[in-house]
Amino acid sequence: MKLNIIVLAKQVPDTRNVGPDAMTPEGTVNRSALPAIFNPEDLNALEQALRLKDQFPGTTVTVITMGPGRAAEVIREAMYRGADGGYLLTDRAFAGADTLATSYALATAIKHVCPNVDLIIGGRQAIDGDTAQVGPQVAEKLGLNQITYVEEIISIDHSPLTIDHCTTSEGRARNGQWSMVNGQSIIVKRHIDGGVETVESPLPCVLTVNGSAAPCRPRNVKRVMKYKRCLAPMELPQGTGFGDLPYAAEYEKKPYLKLGQLSCADVNADLQQCGLAGSPTKVKNVENIVFKAKESKVLTGSDEDVNGLIKELLNERLIG
Amino acid sequence: MMNYYTDISEIKFELEQSELMPRIVELKERSFEDKDQYDEAPQDFADAMDSYDKVLDVVGDIVANVVAPNAEEVDAEGPHHENGRVRYASKTYENLAAMNQAGLNGMTMPRRYGGLNLPVTVYTAANEIVSAGDAGFENIWSLQDCIETLYCFGNEEQRQKYIPRVCKGETMSMDLTEPDAGSDLQSVMLKATFDEENNCWRLNGSKRFITNGDSDIHLVLARSEAGTRDGRGLSMFIYDKRDGGVDVRRIENKLGIHGSPTCELVYKNAKCEICGDRKLGLIKYVMSLMNGARLGIAAQSVGLSQAAYNEAIAYARDRKQFGKAIIEFPAVAEMISNIKARLDAGRALLYQTARYVDIYKALEDISRERKLTPEERDEMKRYSRLADAFTPLAKGMNSEYANQNAYDCIQVHGGSGFMLEYACQRIYRDARITSIYEGTTQLQTVAAIRYVTNGFYSQVIQKMEVKTEELRVKNNSNQPDECNSNSSLFTLHSSLKAMAEKFNACVAAVKEAENQELLDLCARHLYEMAADIIMCHLLMQNAAKAPELFGKSLQVYLNLTEAEVEKHSSLVSRMTAEGTESYRQA
Repeated sequence: MKLNIIVLAKQVPDTRNVGPDAMTPEGTVNRSALPAIFNPEDLNALEQALRLKDQFPGTTVTVITMGPGRAAEVIREAMYRGADGGYLLTDRAFAGADTLATSYALATAIKHVCPNVDLIIGGRQAIDGDTAQVGPQVAEKLGLNQITYVEEIISIDHSPLTIDHCTTSEGRARNGQWSMVNGQSIIVKRHIDGGVETVESPLPCVLTVNGSAAPCRPRNVKRVMKYKRCLAPMELPQGTGFGDLPYAAEYEKKPYLKLGQLSCADVNADLQQCGLAGSPTKVKNVENIVFKAKESKVLTGSDEDVNGLIKELLNERLIG
Repeated sequence: MMNYYTDISEIKFELEQSELMPRIVELKERSFEDKDQYDEAPQDFADAMDSYDKVLDVVGDIVANVVAPNAEEVDAEGPHHENGRVRYASKTYENLAAMNQAGLNGMTMPRRYGGLNLPVTVYTAANEIVSAGDAGFENIWSLQDCIETLYCFGNEEQRQKYIPRVCKGETMSMDLTEPDAGSDLQSVMLKATFDEENNCWRLNGSKRFITNGDSDIHLVLARSEAGTRDGRGLSMFIYDKRDGGVDVRRIENKLGIHGSPTCELVYKNAKCEICGDRKLGLIKYVMSLMNGARLGIAAQSVGLSQAAYNEAIAYARDRKQFGKAIIEFPAVAEMISNIKARLDAGRALLYQTARYVDIYKALEDISRERKLTPEERDEMKRYSRLADAFTPLAKGMNSEYANQNAYDCIQVHGGSGFMLEYACQRIYRDARITSIYEGTTQLQTVAAIRYVTNGFYSQVIQKMEVKTEELRVKNNSNQPDECNSNSSLFTLHSSLKAMAEKFNACVAAVKEAENQELLDLCARHLYEMAADIIMCHLLMQNAAKAPELFGKSLQVYLNLTEAEVEKHSSLVSRMTAEGTESYRQA
């Protein structure tokens, strides 16, 4: 079995190690003050994809990321770890996208580059926005099943569906080019409140993976040495081509060094649904919130205090 | 720490700033002939250096995020002995998996066997970095360089059989020590007999203190010549665990490096193959194996010193007493400065040694493919001698420094350091073995003493004086007014000269007495004087290029060295042939 897997990844500012200048006075993230990193949960997603590739040789793992030129670093990082290649989805028209416009762009790109995709895997959410909306919205736009909060992929096989508790868009008319692959299905463990549940879904489908899933494997040094010169056209200095780069002949000899790049026009996206124009979310105001402890009471643990507390809780019907 | 490589600028400096590096890369890459055949092979020198940097970035990342965080648990759990086999501490498997997924095996092996074809210098850096995270794990991982000996002396069939396996992550061990053959390996008695019926060799007997003794591929020193009793009756064998016949009788309970299983092995008619020629096991192959291993321990020691420094400075900045951080007290700051100075000096010696090894090994390897030109032969001889003279200095001094640094690191922690809750206690326990295994410091002295008496170290020092003088002149003309502190460091050039004179006088005095016992008694002092002066020069050369990194260390180390040389000189001058009597203990 060979699978076509798309991994959705995002380059994000590293909000885990914030300094005093992490926010601008206007209350937005100061991207220049924070190092740009591979969104952590997208790395968990990549690992799930790579495990399937280990299991089913011949599987292709393709990364799609939307962002400016420098976001291509995410594609290289994924390739160092085992991904086959990737596409940088980049265009001025995509700028200012909220989660709806982002998922529209991603879904359109997926349809364009991989119409026979079997599995789309992304992180649960990105650390800069924490919305957890993009994965599910991509599934909706493509009319695919989605399984969120994935901990682990158990298996992929041809077995008939047995259980189906997953959040599906059942009964939804599928776009002509999207059809189920001969009864293939996937079984995954997903995180739920207080435990995990095991669910099964037909392929193709969309998974979003939790940070508590297996961590991503490290970069492989041979792959690092092989792919270190990979570049997306957007990363080249303005007005130059691959022929102007150092080691230009290498780019001729090794096509894999040129990363895929897609513009709005390349994927035939509707401009009205892209970027700011396609984003219903409007940020009205951003405030700094300082958490303050509420009024508190100190109890000593004496019988008197304990009795008092029990009475109070009973009165407020918190226990009883 | 976020990354054990990129966070420590000194390592990158050592890799990039040596004028020997272009030659090393040229030789190792055979003028970049692999570039059309292997996608990962470098195109030119700059490309190779960039790749080395990126490889070490991966090592530093794994150490920071996997190996170092696991160190405490691995140390507490240790390996398990089950049915004659070793089961590592559970997190050790996690470490190994990360290293294997990253492809950090067979690092110096040629690409045609699946290796990374990295210079020894780069491998040494990786070793140091892993050791800073967990010195016990470094033992298991770095035994991969036993493959170097199999590559040099095994036949092509053996190379093709074993090297790709090591490149994929199979582990190795070198089975040398026996209960009655420790430092004195000539006494090895493990019996190797030829089995005519099955046309193979068989091993019978036992070995002791074998690091990672349940490895996949063993290099075994055994007596193939029945009836002999010395080193000339010993040969080297390859034992493949897949063939079976070797069991682990017990795992030692050690003071430190708990992650690394130290085994007693029993060989029961174990099938094996001979590596290289009969009777050359000890005199040629083990000597080569040991030289590689000694450089490895030097790297392990530098890693431990770095770890000691990291822990000491972090604690001293954080801990407040008498209303301020204890790092602000000169008595504490001095300890930390001394750790840093010994670390920087020892590291300079480590990498200089690694570079010498690189050049001679690469030339030696080329000599297996084609005849060397007369110039290349001279070059190989020169660097082989330098490597031979520097290896015992690098191993002995760095291992002693690691111990001293770990001791001072605990001292900085005060009472908390004596409790088992801080990393410094593990570093202290782990460091203790470095001055013992792969040849004690006393044996490093034995290996080095001929370079003291034949004047080789004196010549080396003299050449360094010329070089340091050149740097001083160049530096002065480049920056006439700036960097005064840096220029003033070069006025210390004269004190280095004075130290060399003291060293030469001591050597002359001891030689003049023509008394072996006196020489043996003074050997350690003469050895340390040579090492101290050489390290001082290396550090001075570093400081000339990067005063911001090494300026302070140079000053501190020079202060230490002057006092050390004075001490040794005074001791040596008091030793006489008659006086050796007082040191005799029966």
